[in-house]
Amino acid sequence: MTALTRRAVVATGLAAPFVARAETGPGVIVVGGGFGGASVARALRRYGENMDITLVEPNETFIACPFSNLVVAGVRTIDSQQFGYKQLVADGIRVIHAAVIGVDPTRRRVTLASGESRPYDRLILSPGIDIAWGALPGYDEAASTRMPHAWKAGAQTLLLRKQLEAMPDGGTVVMSVPPNPYRCPPGPYERASLIAWYLRGAKPKSKLIVLDSKDAFSKQKLFQAGWARMYPNILKWVSQSDGGTVTGVEPATLTFRTDFESYKADVANVIPPQKAGHIAAVAGVADKTGWCPVDPITFESRLIPGIHVIGDAAIAGAMPKSAFAANAQAKVCALAVARLLVGATPDEPRLINTCYSLVAQGYGISVGAVYRPVNGLLAEVPGSAGTSPLDAPDQFRYQEAQNADAWFDRITHEAFG
Amino acid sequence: MIARLTLAAVLLCAAAPPPGASSCSGCHGPAAQLPVLAGRPVADTVAAMDAFRAGTRPATVMDRIAKGFTPAETQAIAAWWAEATP
Repeated sequence: MTALTRRAVVATGLAAPFVARAETGPGVIVVGGGFGGASVARALRRYGENMDITLVEPNETFIACPFSNLVVAGVRTIDSQQFGYKQLVADGIRVIHAAVIGVDPTRRRVTLASGESRPYDRLILSPGIDIAWGALPGYDEAASTRMPHAWKAGAQTLLLRKQLEAMPDGGTVVMSVPPNPYRCPPGPYERASLIAWYLRGAKPKSKLIVLDSKDAFSKQKLFQAGWARMYPNILKWVSQSDGGTVTGVEPATLTFRTDFESYKADVANVIPPQKAGHIAAVAGVADKTGWCPVDPITFESRLIPGIHVIGDAAIAGAMPKSAFAANAQAKVCALAVARLLVGATPDEPRLINTCYSLVAQGYGISVGAVYRPVNGLLAEVPGSAGTSPLDAPDQFRYQEAQNADAWFDRITHEAFG
Repeated sequence: MIARLTLAAVLLCAAAPPPGASSCSGCHGPAAQLPVLAGRPVADTVAAMDAFRAGTRPATVMDRIAKGFTPAETQAIAAWWAEATP
């Protein structure tokens, strides 16, 4: 059924308000149970009382990426990063722990790994990222067991932690950072900060070299001010212009190659190129960039009607790939879907992003902005975007670190209960 | 189609949030140490946002967020939160 005829059906429904209420309302399937997926399922429940909502997610436990750099630094346990889906079930959301292996946008059905096929009126994909294996020469899945990416939290996070613990004092940690776009723009620099913080305390003769494919990055001045003050003899950032672009890696020797030289590491952290989670390509909503173009009002795919994409997988213009953004997009998308299902027109939204990074324990910095649709993409509302001040006193940095803690508690509570 | 789509099939919350309002709960809410917005008098939220925008109230991020909303948008957001249940 095409989108147009579906709208006609909805319109017919609208014209017949005395039709008996259906036993089950329209069905929405959400694929992916991270910050975006869990948040959108719960928001749909708030906006559509008798909507039939299904969340499909292979894992029974979600492991959050925000704050996982503190696990890498050894000051937070992986347990505190883990969340389940019990509250979603209690909310009346059907949670199926399975992989989706097929999407038929014409018949509006998804196929699970078991072979079971389930119908939907609207499908919302929140698949996060996949590593683009092979995009960086030498970096495949096997390489990640020696040179962890730790860019999906869990076993990889713990592997990187273990390697840092095992490294003798005086060792060299090398990290590579990919070109934009990737999950969590300031994430590599927070990780660099917290690894340097760990080294300063536990292995002060060690070095950290950050090889970057860019010359500029999120919260750059704030990070660099913190680095100059706290880690001047430990952390060295090599920009693209200074030859930082990594052109390949050799897992056997833990070596990073650039156009100019090779860096041999004792601990190697490759933050690799990424793309939208696999199901996006299966569903046909990813374009040749590997990411998903969407309408910024409804988050409906520009490629396939009836499928919405939120979170890291979506091309959201100026809005970064962050947990806060995924959660904000989830709530806007849920309201838009609820309105579309009754044939109403969604309002033009405003979305907020706030993102904290830690430069050390108890030393936080932030960036925030308000976004609105402009020419088909989300753009910053003028005057709303920016970082916290460069010259703030330590008490301010401490307050921002406290706010980061509060934010994590709050957003995980909203997404997972 | 899995269900007959009637007007009753999706009960849209009578007070759907105005643009921008749904983002606030990413930080503000029951588990947060920040001010609870749900049930807060409209005038209080508007006054706080005006002060953030003017730079007269100390802030870490709200000084910037407040500048992203017009007085009319702020009023609508504050009014929606005043009616929301915590």
